[in-house]
Amino acid sequence: MKFQFLHGRRIPLAWLLLTRQPLRLLVAIAGICFAGILMFMQLGFRDGLFDASVTVHKLFDTDLVLMSPRSMSSISMSGFPRRRLVQAMAHRDVIGTTPVNWNFLLWRNPKTLSTRAILALGFEPSDPLLLDPNFSVKAKSLKSTGRVLFDVLSREEFGPVAQWFSEGRIVETEVAGKRVRVEGLVSLGPSFGADGNLITSRETFLKLLPSTPPGSIEIGLVRLKKDSDPYEVVESLKASLPNDVKVFTRQEFIDFEKNYWRTSTSIGFIFTLGAAMGFVVGSVIVYQILYSDVSDHLAEYATLMAMGYRLKTLFGVVAREGIFLAIMGYLPAYISAQVLYALVRGSTKLPVAMDPQRAYLVFFLILFMCMASASIAMRRLVDADPAEIF
Amino acid sequence: MIPLKNSGKLPPTVQIDSLSHWYGKGITRKQVLYSVSMRIEPGEVVLLTGPSGCGKTTLLTLIGALRTVERGRLSVLGHELNGAGRRTRQMLRQNIGMIFQGHNLLRCLTSEQNVQMGSDLLKGLSYRARRDHAREWLRAVGLEDQMNKLPHDLSGGQKQRVAIARALSARPKLLLADEPTSALDSFTGREIVSLLKRLAIEQDCSVLMVTHDPRILDVADRLIKMEDGKLQPVIE
Repeated sequence: MKFQFLHGRRIPLAWLLLTRQPLRLLVAIAGICFAGILMFMQLGFRDGLFDASVTVHKLFDTDLVLMSPRSMSSISMSGFPRRRLVQAMAHRDVIGTTPVNWNFLLWRNPKTLSTRAILALGFEPSDPLLLDPNFSVKAKSLKSTGRVLFDVLSREEFGPVAQWFSEGRIVETEVAGKRVRVEGLVSLGPSFGADGNLITSRETFLKLLPSTPPGSIEIGLVRLKKDSDPYEVVESLKASLPNDVKVFTRQEFIDFEKNYWRTSTSIGFIFTLGAAMGFVVGSVIVYQILYSDVSDHLAEYATLMAMGYRLKTLFGVVAREGIFLAIMGYLPAYISAQVLYALVRGSTKLPVAMDPQRAYLVFFLILFMCMASASIAMRRLVDADPAEIF
Repeated sequence: MIPLKNSGKLPPTVQIDSLSHWYGKGITRKQVLYSVSMRIEPGEVVLLTGPSGCGKTTLLTLIGALRTVERGRLSVLGHELNGAGRRTRQMLRQNIGMIFQGHNLLRCLTSEQNVQMGSDLLKGLSYRARRDHAREWLRAVGLEDQMNKLPHDLSGGQKQRVAIARALSARPKLLLADEPTSALDSFTGREIVSLLKRLAIEQDCSVLMVTHDPRILDVADRLIKMEDGKLQPVIE
């Protein structure tokens, strides 16, 4: 095999054609890199926003979730009768349930006194709510009324609550026009629908929002025995419960929310279009570079044909130029995207991160872009008439 | 005429019988070659002269398998070119060395790499063997100390030497040269042509050279004159 490889080895013409014109190569790499970054950012934002829509969803300590069929997303939750959870308890695999109230309330920034909608979750402090093992300790402090746990990851517009609290100050402000005191901090993270979060007891929640019917909740968390099959339980609950409630597994609950943002809003379309623009811009740049490269060297390609090189061999040279450009453009794009993702995470707190699937996708898009441009540029090669060079 | 050196043993390198060629189509169709007949024997150096536009280059490109033959018979290295396909012509070109008016070197390759583009056409040799081959040829044209220079850094004569080395490194049986001295001063031109002849003869390679340059006519075994697409009687 090695012997054959040596036989087949040729002068790396494609590589030399590219690298002996460093300025043009630099422009090409910059162009491809730019297109790559554009695709990375657009797809990253898109996936980040979808992921961000479920930051809170992912934190619940639950196996199944009950929700009203009229609830379309986290920003438009409807209530359903709380007794459905009691009925669910009857299933032999169910070991515990937590009724949760879920609504947006107006939070007054304690520093600037301006108000802003915050996602408020109300639950019985003795029930489990979040996966975080330290949470149950904090939850105990909610037993007195008018106490809330504030999300430290909430956007700054809600005021320097976390900072004041850590400094030992008593932080009091108004939620929905009623006085509350911040009793502790939790770490949830803003989602696409909610800029900030707070957790309070069900009792306080009903005080803040007296219009909520006392027997109505927005989400019911259902925990199962360790070895039970959640899909089986979902099926049997669906059969036994009236149809004023929908039953989801944890993953279905997360996907339901993501799917809302994906299909019922133009976010997916906008960012996919943005990525497509990057693809088109990149294609045009690569095509320009390769086409002018072929044109500039047309006499040389014709000479090679006159020497007896096959047109196929020359196509191979252009194709290899395309592959080299793709790789050389992709690497800086990948690195830049990592840096930009970190910057975006820092400034927006959105969970934008490199995911291997996207890394592959963008690489193949760039490769496809370069190969498509190369194959169009190859058509110029056909014009290389070796008879014309004498 | 003295009996040919190889008469009876080897077939002629080039055999042309009443070859005619036209350019253009329809009303603008213009005949450039009128029933040309000639032959080049193995190892022969033939010079083709004539005023510009008389069809010399057309004849050269036809022999070089760069154009399709329209009428007449043209056989090069035993292959009939009338009706030959693209692939046959491409394979045949691997056995024909070509030297152009301009050097036509690849600008992005060093002298050594340019010559190796020629020796890379040789089958069954390792990369190292082909590179050594290229180096030998550069040595033969006296450029062993210019191997790693780009064409850009070479003088006109040096570039033409590299082109000769490239043409010969593919071990051609026929060398076609179109005014190889036109871009050179008379001294360098003379030197290049002598080198070309010496190396070609060592390789047993026939040479057909188109030239205007009267100072190099004496290197030829035979001189052919062309005028208005017809061959003139041979002058010895």
